[in-house]
Amino acid sequence: MTAPPDDCLARNEWICGEYLSSRRQILLDAVLQHLQLTGISVLLGLVLAVPLAVLARRWRWSAGPVLGVTTILYTIPSLAMFSLLLPVYGLSASLVVAGLVLYSLTLLVRNILAGLRAVPEETRQAARGLGYGPIRLLLTVELPLAVPAAMAGLRIATVSAVSLVTVGAIVGFGGLGNLIYSGMNTFFKAQVLTASVLCVVIAVAADVLLLGVQRLITPWTRAARG
Amino acid sequence: MTTLTDAWHWLTDPAHWPGDDGIWHRLAQHLVLTVVCLVISCLIALPVAIVLGHLGKGGALAVNISNVGRAIPTFAVLVLLLLTPVGNWGEGPTVVALVLFAVPPLLTNAYVGMREVDRSVVQAARGMGMTGRQMMFHVELPLAQPMILNGVRIAAVQLVATATIAALAGGGGLGRIITAGFNLASTPQVVAGAVLVAVLALIVEGIFEVAERLTPRRAGGTR
Repeated sequence: MTAPPDDCLARNEWICGEYLSSRRQILLDAVLQHLQLTGISVLLGLVLAVPLAVLARRWRWSAGPVLGVTTILYTIPSLAMFSLLLPVYGLSASLVVAGLVLYSLTLLVRNILAGLRAVPEETRQAARGLGYGPIRLLLTVELPLAVPAAMAGLRIATVSAVSLVTVGAIVGFGGLGNLIYSGMNTFFKAQVLTASVLCVVIAVAADVLLLGVQRLITPWTRAARG
Repeated sequence: MTTLTDAWHWLTDPAHWPGDDGIWHRLAQHLVLTVVCLVISCLIALPVAIVLGHLGKGGALAVNISNVGRAIPTFAVLVLLLLTPVGNWGEGPTVVALVLFAVPPLLTNAYVGMREVDRSVVQAARGMGMTGRQMMFHVELPLAQPMILNGVRIAAVQLVATATIAALAGGGGLGRIITAGFNLASTPQVVAGAVLVAVLALIVEGIFEVAERLTPRRAGGTR
């Protein structure tokens, strides 16, 4: 019988290089799941939020109910939200995605609507004077001008989603949250710290990436400032 | 639909209300945690934010701290605290995590509220010979009150949510009904617990909504 190795894993230290090298595959899989869950949820949220915001802008009476319902959804704590969706989706990744979509809706609808409302009336009239129909006006004038506000909402929604995915560990689909959850049950310090740090890294990276995308697709905002 | 009726039966079963694992005890834990942590967070955050806002210093920190708070997963912080020596103090990790997540919205809203007070009003107050302290208590603070209250409301809702997640890391509160339901593979119990939590969160939000309506709108009086 060989003596147990005296490395940082055996001593259960917080920071452990051995953990990184020996569990690389597990970490990569968890990061991948985390990115997929976040990405799909935010994209679905965006696909649903744009028409909702356009509707709320077009018909003033619908703005109240749309904002009201999404705000109520946002108030429900994440663990309760996932649990309420359990009868519908069962223990699946769809459950986590559905919960995150509902959360991102609030932030996205609110911001896109604010962006659409901030389009100056003169701009709209100028486009109409140039013969733009309502659809063309929306697609080529109003929506592009709402992009900065929408992107601000998208950044907040993405960062929140990255952090909320971890709660999905309750149903076994929490990306890095799964590692945190199992690390908690086994008092595995290195695993909990590594997974937590990776979560924050993903959130910051996603935020910076979206900021870069925003700069690329709205070159006029920089020209105006410079 | 059967799950919903089962959840309703679970909730209305008198056997589920009393006792240490009962709904009353969990609700009391949840409320005590939320209120105690809200008071602690307000005591920490509001004086700092109000003084910083009055002096106009440390704005970048006060505004960005909210964004930082959003990027850090609540669940990760709870588990990290549980594995540190704080984890031995019973509800210690939960209280620390709750306060950590309630402070950013309080700080940001109170600071922004103080800064957004109409500068001409502040200058008029100074012109009338008010001291800095008088300006802070009699001019800026009353005018910033709606924003400060809004921060308290966001913090309170956040606290209810965080206290729920604390159940994942072994803390008390209504979240325990949900996690126990998962462990028993009892969907009705999970849904019943979730309904309780959701209703509590909405009631807290509603209370602040009413409080906001009831406070006199001082800002409108200047017109």
